[in-house]
Amino acid sequence: MYRIVKKEEITPNIKMFQVHAPAVAHKAKPGQFVIVRASEAGERIPITIADTDTRAGTVTIYFAEVGKSSTMLGGLEEGENIMNFAGPLGNATEIKKYGKVLCVGGGVFVGALLYMMRALKEAGNEIVAVFGYRNKDHVLLKNELKEVADEAYVCTDDGSYGLKGMNVVDELLEKHGFDHVFAIGPTSLQMNLSEKTRPYGIPTRVNLFPVMVDGMGMCGACRVTVGGDTRFSCVDGPEFDGHQVDFEELIMRMRVYNPQEKIAMVVHGREVA
Amino acid sequence: MATDAFNKPEVDMPKQTPEERIRNFFEVAKGYTSEMAVEEAERCLQCKNPQCRKGCPVDIDIPAFIKLIKEGKFVEAAWKIKETNVLPAICGRVCPQENQCQKFCILGIRGDPISIGRLERYAADYERNHGVDIPEISPDTGHKVAVVGAGPAGLTVAAELGKKGHHVEVFEALHVAGGVLMYGIPEFRLPKAIVQAEVQYIEKLGVDIHLDSMVGKLYTVQELFNDGFKAIFIGSGAGLPNFLRLSGENLSGIYSANEFLIRTNLMKAYRFPEYDTPLNIGKSVAVIGGGNVAMDSARCALRLGAEKAYIIYRRGMSELPARHEEVENAEEEGVIFTLLNNPTRFIGDGRGNVKEVELVRMELGEPDDSGRRRPQAVPGSEWKLPVDTVVVAIGQSPNPIIQQTTKGLEVTRHGTIITDEATAATKLEGVYAGGDVATGAATVISAMGAGKTAAASIHEYLNGK
Repeated sequence: MYRIVKKEEITPNIKMFQVHAPAVAHKAKPGQFVIVRASEAGERIPITIADTDTRAGTVTIYFAEVGKSSTMLGGLEEGENIMNFAGPLGNATEIKKYGKVLCVGGGVFVGALLYMMRALKEAGNEIVAVFGYRNKDHVLLKNELKEVADEAYVCTDDGSYGLKGMNVVDELLEKHGFDHVFAIGPTSLQMNLSEKTRPYGIPTRVNLFPVMVDGMGMCGACRVTVGGDTRFSCVDGPEFDGHQVDFEELIMRMRVYNPQEKIAMVVHGREVA
Repeated sequence: MATDAFNKPEVDMPKQTPEERIRNFFEVAKGYTSEMAVEEAERCLQCKNPQCRKGCPVDIDIPAFIKLIKEGKFVEAAWKIKETNVLPAICGRVCPQENQCQKFCILGIRGDPISIGRLERYAADYERNHGVDIPEISPDTGHKVAVVGAGPAGLTVAAELGKKGHHVEVFEALHVAGGVLMYGIPEFRLPKAIVQAEVQYIEKLGVDIHLDSMVGKLYTVQELFNDGFKAIFIGSGAGLPNFLRLSGENLSGIYSANEFLIRTNLMKAYRFPEYDTPLNIGKSVAVIGGGNVAMDSARCALRLGAEKAYIIYRRGMSELPARHEEVENAEEEGVIFTLLNNPTRFIGDGRGNVKEVELVRMELGEPDDSGRRRPQAVPGSEWKLPVDTVVVAIGQSPNPIIQQTTKGLEVTRHGTIITDEATAATKLEGVYAGGDVATGAATVISAMGAGKTAAASIHEYLNGK
């Protein structure tokens, strides 16, 4: 059992947990993820690690309540226990001095991107960052973004906060000569970004989160085509070369369980009522 | 007397009828009653030179435990088995007895061999239902041993070394102990409560089990040594699913058998939405492969509501590698055996879902290295089978993470860890390995046999310290 040391409700459906898991905290690196299971009936949910505190023995995660399992997880309170918290899984981001780096994040994933940005900054990189959100109610970690990045932009899809849309990325790519691009965010964002950087030939690393079950290389649910080869996101990734990923296939594979997700939520809603 | 025994057929074990059982996940075989067990035990010739023992990878004193059953001493019978086998309730259910102990039974020459597996199951179930006693544990040796993976091999090592007074800690990557017994073999063949009862028994021997702990990620083998462990056993299994590498294989609806079974067994998708993990089953399910895993997948598919479940296998009926009883059960349940066929590609519906599998007819040619006749495609015989779901059950390879993160561990090109078969020792001092990670995917009992070998070697190694 893993105790929730701290809980914050960032937005009505985005939660932050600091979870007591000293061994994981000791080992975790940016880019890696944990598999979390809230209760006996819960799914194994992969969540990208957003920070660690080795002294307190905690791991920080941000997650959106998008289905029944994540809603149940979000319903746990500070001081309560999470049943399972396995990690760190997947490969860590290669942190080194690249030079000038563009970091693009979206939604709930900006926490994980910030964790990566801090490490990149420590390695001596100059960081330009763009964080995108749905609207002003979904904006999170904007102050931390400005602290870490040398140049920071906040955008919303509807323009209710910061810039409208993410066109600033095009301008930045035009203006700066980036040495490397990192992205963590919704798959469509990672796909669009990879298309934007392709003509510039800038190495672009994306951090994928396909459907996973065990997260340890056993099931192959997370298989993704990269450069024509089938790879497992959990053990070969989750970070890949964005210019090599077959995003169209990935997006189709991620939609498979949408109907079941709806059924589970309806049944769950009835039970709660 | 002997003539009678040869003429008397085996005592059948009651089963759920096929119509009944394809609608539930309860155990198919219900087990003997005490009368049936005694009656079957009475057929045993009690050979002076028992051939059956030669077929047992863990060398159970088979005639002795059968004699105890015949005398109605069921608990004593269980104890006799447990002298050499820590998981009898499991082995009695999943061992391929027809290729092991029962294959050598003298009665089998002219009639039915003794149903050793059914008797083993009976004794173990009897003991479990009447309260399990803990055997005497040797005084604490002060030695710490780490076991990687709580599957059949790891649990065996843990139990054997725990009994000898070593402090054993097991590191299991998943959220529950049992390995393939939990995630792979379905409930209707091996109830999970029985696996957990066996795990609890092992914990009572003083063994600590750490869940959610993937060695290679959370701790490396070297870090375990640094932490004071004097010996390490790697029993991480063959968890990496093999795919066919055919066009269209990443279409939705195509599962590895591992994923299909993990969702069904470990995550209990058959109880969705009470359990959160879903599984899209559809009406028509094609399972590629002919082993036990393929049979398990096809039989799960029917229970999950599929109207048709096909076994697609490139050889014929007599070449099916699955346990005989499972093939028979699958046939009774209405699984359709589409033999001498091999998939060539998968065809999508334009929205990313699999719609058809293209198959090519096969014929058997000359025997290959394995002694089985080599299947060859019949040119131009391709045809299409409409499917909603495909399960690829063509085998598993070892998970490479420990091998990749452990310097000095020698590995074959198949990814298996190289060990000395007689001792289970790897090339690294103090590191032992056994089960599927050393042999490639095999059986529960062979993993347990390797576990016994490793436990004996580790005990000897620690005594020399």
